[in-house]
Amino acid sequence: MGNKILMKGAEVLGEAAVKAGCRLYFGYPITPQNEAPAYMAKRLPEVNGTFVQAESEVAAINMLYGASAAGHRVMTTSSSPGISLMMEGVSYCAGAELPVVIVNVMRGGPGLGGIGPSQADYFQATKGGGHGDYKIITLAPTNLQEQADLIFKAFDLADKYRIPVMILSDGLLGQIMEAVEYKDEIKPEDLAKKEWAATGRDPKREKNLINSLDLDLDGLERHNHKLQKRYKEIENTEVMCEEYKTDDAKIVVVAYGTTARIAKTAIDKVREEGLKVGLIRPITLWPFPSENIKNALQKENVKAFYVFELSAGQMIEDVQLCVNAKKPVNFYGRLGGNVPSPDELAEKIREIY
Amino acid sequence: MNDMKQIFKVTPLLTKTKRSYCPGCTHGVIHRLVCEVIEEMNLFEETVIVVPVGCSTLSIHYFEMDTVQAAHGRAPAVATGVKRALPDKTVVTYQGDGDLASIGTAEIVHAATRGENITTIFVNNGIYGMTGGQMAPTTLEGWKTTTSPFGRDYKKEGYPIKISEMLATLNGPAYIARTSVHNPANIMKTKRAIRKAFKAQKEGLGFSLVEILSTCPTNWGMSPVNSLKRISEETMKYYPLGEYKSVEGL
Amino acid sequence: MNFELCASGFGGQGVMAIGQLLSYAAVRENKFTLFLPSYGPEMRGGTANCVCMVSDKEIGSPVTQTHKNAIVMNTPSFTKFEPTIIKGGNLLVNSALINDKSNRKDINVFYVPANHIAKEAGHQVAANIVMLGALLKIENVAKYETIEQVIKEKFVAKGQKVIDINFRALKMGYDSV
Repeated sequence: MGNKILMKGAEVLGEAAVKAGCRLYFGYPITPQNEAPAYMAKRLPEVNGTFVQAESEVAAINMLYGASAAGHRVMTTSSSPGISLMMEGVSYCAGAELPVVIVNVMRGGPGLGGIGPSQADYFQATKGGGHGDYKIITLAPTNLQEQADLIFKAFDLADKYRIPVMILSDGLLGQIMEAVEYKDEIKPEDLAKKEWAATGRDPKREKNLINSLDLDLDGLERHNHKLQKRYKEIENTEVMCEEYKTDDAKIVVVAYGTTARIAKTAIDKVREEGLKVGLIRPITLWPFPSENIKNALQKENVKAFYVFELSAGQMIEDVQLCVNAKKPVNFYGRLGGNVPSPDELAEKIREIY
Repeated sequence: MNDMKQIFKVTPLLTKTKRSYCPGCTHGVIHRLVCEVIEEMNLFEETVIVVPVGCSTLSIHYFEMDTVQAAHGRAPAVATGVKRALPDKTVVTYQGDGDLASIGTAEIVHAATRGENITTIFVNNGIYGMTGGQMAPTTLEGWKTTTSPFGRDYKKEGYPIKISEMLATLNGPAYIARTSVHNPANIMKTKRAIRKAFKAQKEGLGFSLVEILSTCPTNWGMSPVNSLKRISEETMKYYPLGEYKSVEGL
Repeated sequence: MNFELCASGFGGQGVMAIGQLLSYAAVRENKFTLFLPSYGPEMRGGTANCVCMVSDKEIGSPVTQTHKNAIVMNTPSFTKFEPTIIKGGNLLVNSALINDKSNRKDINVFYVPANHIAKEAGHQVAANIVMLGALLKIENVAKYETIEQVIKEKFVAKGQKVIDINFRALKMGYDSV
């Protein structure tokens, strides 16, 4: 643990992005992620990068669109109401096949809501929060080390598939401090050149056009099929999931992010009492780790699932799709920025065990 | 034949793609002017053009330069992203009045006040063309559109926005001018203004914008010739031509 | 080891620093640690609190309803957190500013006149470090020298005089319980 540095979650987002070769950041102030733009405003000039405080989240995401169109790694961070404003731009990025990294440090909603941690933007992130048939890769860290690691992963996946990637963090992961080790340091000049980017035209090559418009119905259908084929490929190859003590579990808890680490502590508590409980923790929310759920479903020892979320029940729908009414799927959620304690979750588990 | 010399040619920076613009539309003229300036200033290889939502969205297929199509009103933000990623390149937005002066006011004002080193070509014909002739923030009093069927009434719909005057009050812009393309003399003046705007960007002086008064014969319900007359008889009275800002040394 | 502390007080009493210094020390000693500040409007003026956890194992839940240790720097914090201490836990009360006494028999309560001690050490702004010193005596969460090192790093920009005051405050706090 020699190179570990104690850092605040929102700052980890920034430092990891810099280490992943990102030199452009555009953002707008919103709690609880203000330390991220503040960090980037200081940090990026040290590496000849550029920080712009945009006039709105709408402008910020479109600045990402432009910087990505120009072939560069680029990131923004925001929180729920700001992410809603960005959804138009995310749809455009998806349509124009632009790799961008967006971090949502989720807070309670709807509307202006509050500033407490929340997971109520799961639908928005995983089901396409903007218009049109599109998907974005959605990654959910559970602690700050993973938050750092997933930033690297997010940039790689975005570039590999030319797709927006969202890190679904929350107010807690934005505000806590933990020790983090950065596993890599990528120089932007070492990254593969994006031949498709609009950089000013070398007359020897075709014109590069970054675009999501196609008024030809067949043309747009072909484009959509191309995107869907890519989504299929992502679903087949990029799923990430952690299983914790599921081997002999009678109850399988499904939870992600902050809720998953609270659930882990709750599981350790009830295990001490002899209750056989395990955890499936999706790391990619889209693509959703359906196989992990289906495998658990097929096991004799698994009697029921228990989904914990900081929402009124969103990820549970993906769990239910996998379980297909073959076994009970229970749900417990806290709303409005409240977070359950491990004791609270342990009690919920005991109630149905 | 030997003593003949070529005094006019079509700029090679426009593609051969068939244009989608209506007969009499002035987009074609303005496209040509922009491309000629880029060609003459030898900027082709370094230019990225950002196109808006509106009739000129289809210009994604008309320019030979690398092109980025932006969401409605967001071209200045997109151009900011491109320029910050590629500070040595020339970045141009080409926007209409619905795009720039209505849905995109925040983006244009802030790109201008940041002194974002980009050039905006702002085509103002006082109406939404692509969507079929709705009232724009630039529509003049009495003009009938599908959403002001009895003619725009300032008491009810407010007043048209004077973008050039407004942006010229800011410190960020290096060059702001309003021109017109209703006759050859003004077309030449427009070209000079565009060149000056590009020069401002090349010299890193800050934001530059040329507002070009333009026509929409189809949605105005007028012949192309009468449309051009309308610019000099009506539009120019509300939107006076001229340089609204030109920093020293430009 | 599974150390957990809640530190609470007015904004400006340095309660965040108590948690952060412990977390910095934990990282130096290759332990797992987590620091959770209360955040939002309450940070600007009112009572602020933080939670610090230190463990040999990866830390699970960042939130707890109850606390193993609490440092309370002002009366509202005493009222809020005294009932949340687990049986056998420790409550450190800044008795320079808090007149209340705990009636609980199932916890260990330490009354430390932190502001007075800090004044003696050189400046009463170091009251938080006095409490940190007292905590170090009660809970073996980090080596005394490690805490000195992280204090030095934190205050290095403010000069040796400030470091010395804080070192004295730490020692006097340590000796006060």
